Order: sequence, then C-alpha cells, then structure tokens
Amino acid sequence: MLNVTTSFTPIASLAGGALIGLSAVLLMALTGRIAGVSGIAARLFPPYEDAELAGRLAFVAGLIAAPVMVLLATGHLPAQTIQADATVLTLAGFLVGFGSVWGNGCTSGHGVCGISRLSIRSVVATITFMATGIATVFVTRHMG
Amino acid sequence: MSIIAQFAIGLIFGLGLVLSGMSNPAKVLNFLDVAGISSGSWDPSLACVMVSAVAVTFVGYEWVLKRPRPLFGEKFQLPTRRELDVRIVAGPAIFGVGWGLAGFCPGPALTALGFGSRAAVIFVAAMIAGMLLARWLANRPSPSHIAVPMDQLES
Repeated sequence: MLNVTTSFTPIASLAGGALIGLSAVLLMALTGRIAGVSGIAARLFPPYEDAELAGRLAFVAGLIAAPVMVLLATGHLPAQTIQADATVLTLAGFLVGFGSVWGNGCTSGHGVCGISRLSIRSVVATITFMATGIATVFVTRHMG
Repeated sequence: MSIIAQFAIGLIFGLGLVLSGMSNPAKVLNFLDVAGISSGSWDPSLACVMVSAVAVTFVGYEWVLKRPRPLFGEKFQLPTRRELDVRIVAGPAIFGVGWGLAGFCPGPALTALGFGSRAAVIFVAAMIAGMLLARWLANRPSPSHIAVPMDQLES
C-alpha cells in the first residue's frame, strides 16, 4: 500500500492543540468533568449512571458540527485521507472502543487531561497506547 | 444554558481537531510511523498538538480548580485512583493497536462523521460495539481479578 505523505504543520497543530486544551478547561469550569471523548461517547448508551446525557449528546453534536462549520466558513473541507478498508476499520474501531473503555480513557482523557493532572495512571496509559500504536504501524507498514 | 455551552465546548474541541490536522488519519499514522524519522516521511504534528493541549489544560486546570465549584455542577469530579493495575496497561495496549490500524481515536472519529465520511461511520459503529462490550464486561456482578469495577470519573 502506498502511504500518503503529509507535511509537518507546527503552527496549525500548536493552535489546534490549544483549542483542544481550551475545550478541556471550559468543560471542567462549567460541568466539573474531564473532557474524555471515549467516556463521553460510551455513556451515550445505557445503563445511565447520572442525568448528564443531554450534555454529552450536545458535546458530541459539537464535535460532529465542527467540520460542517469549517465547510460553511471557508467553502472547503481540509484533507482527510483514510486508507483502511471496511474490514480494517471495523476491527480497528472495535479495538479502540473496547480498549478505551477497558483502560478508562483515550488520547483525550488520559493523553491530554490525565497528563495535565500529573496522573501516574494516565502517563502509563499514554506511554502504552503510543507504544502499541507505533508497533502496529511498524508491523503493518514495514513487515508486510 | 448548560446544554448550549457543552455544544460550544464540543465544537471548540472539534475545531481544534480539524485545525491541528488530527481529524486526518494519515497525519496520525505518519506520526506513529517512526521508521519515517530516518526516511524523511515522519510527521511530528501530533506531538505539537499534545504539547500545546497539555500546556493549556495544565495551566487552565490550575486556575479553574481553585474555584469552589463548577458553574453548572455541585463539585469537580476528578479521578481519585492512583494505583496501577492490569487494566490501565491492557486497555490502552488494545486501544493503541486499533489506533495504529486506522489512525482514528474516538474524538477524531466522531468529528470525521461531520466530514460525511462513510469510513468514519463504519469505524464509529464498531467503536460503539467495542465500548458496549467492555462496559458490559466491566459491570458484571461478580468481577474477576481482570474485571475490577471501573472508575467512573477518570475519562
């Protein structure tokens, strides 16, 4: 498989990361909760442990609305290249969903919010998913 | 008001993902492909996203958590667990394999739905199935040593 090359975008990525951080801080300030997307997504479904469903739905609706807003504002969508086929997407999605709930968080809950809280569990989680992510890409791209 | 605010907060998060390039799985995979460091195809953008997101969150949390309570809540709901167990390694290890296969994690995958991407629909449907299975296993009434009750506040 020919891999799509992407260019390093330090300014846009630093700015985008700052927006993600701002979002995490605002969610804590307003609702008192960690901005963990996997936790928010998993709790859209029963069993419900609290009465925060509407807020979680609104957060996810905001995530989905973001590219639509970009399209309306600029007239075009940024590049998005997905090379995985339906079988790989299904397997990958299942592993991401299972693993993020099993480990209590993903790139946002552990990687951003957890590290910001200096949580040792989140540091361990982030190092672990970085390591298996790197290993998986190495195997699929260079050992095939 | 709280609902509108949470929509806006999700929107800011999503705009951050789009602006940073993290809604594009190719950029994520080109970061994880460390063999590209020597061949010149490595894309370190994800590291920039992490550094600035953590910096803003670290400073912002310091400021926010000095307040007595959140604007729309009784108290700040912060995780309390500190001990390491099997699940805090096993879960992320499984997550990372899926992340490396497709280049999507939950935030970018949900945001990708707004691109009208059929691939994102497939990924998100499978992701939800995986989440529901993990939740069901974790909430079983007689947990074994590998299925201890999950901390509801961490993510």
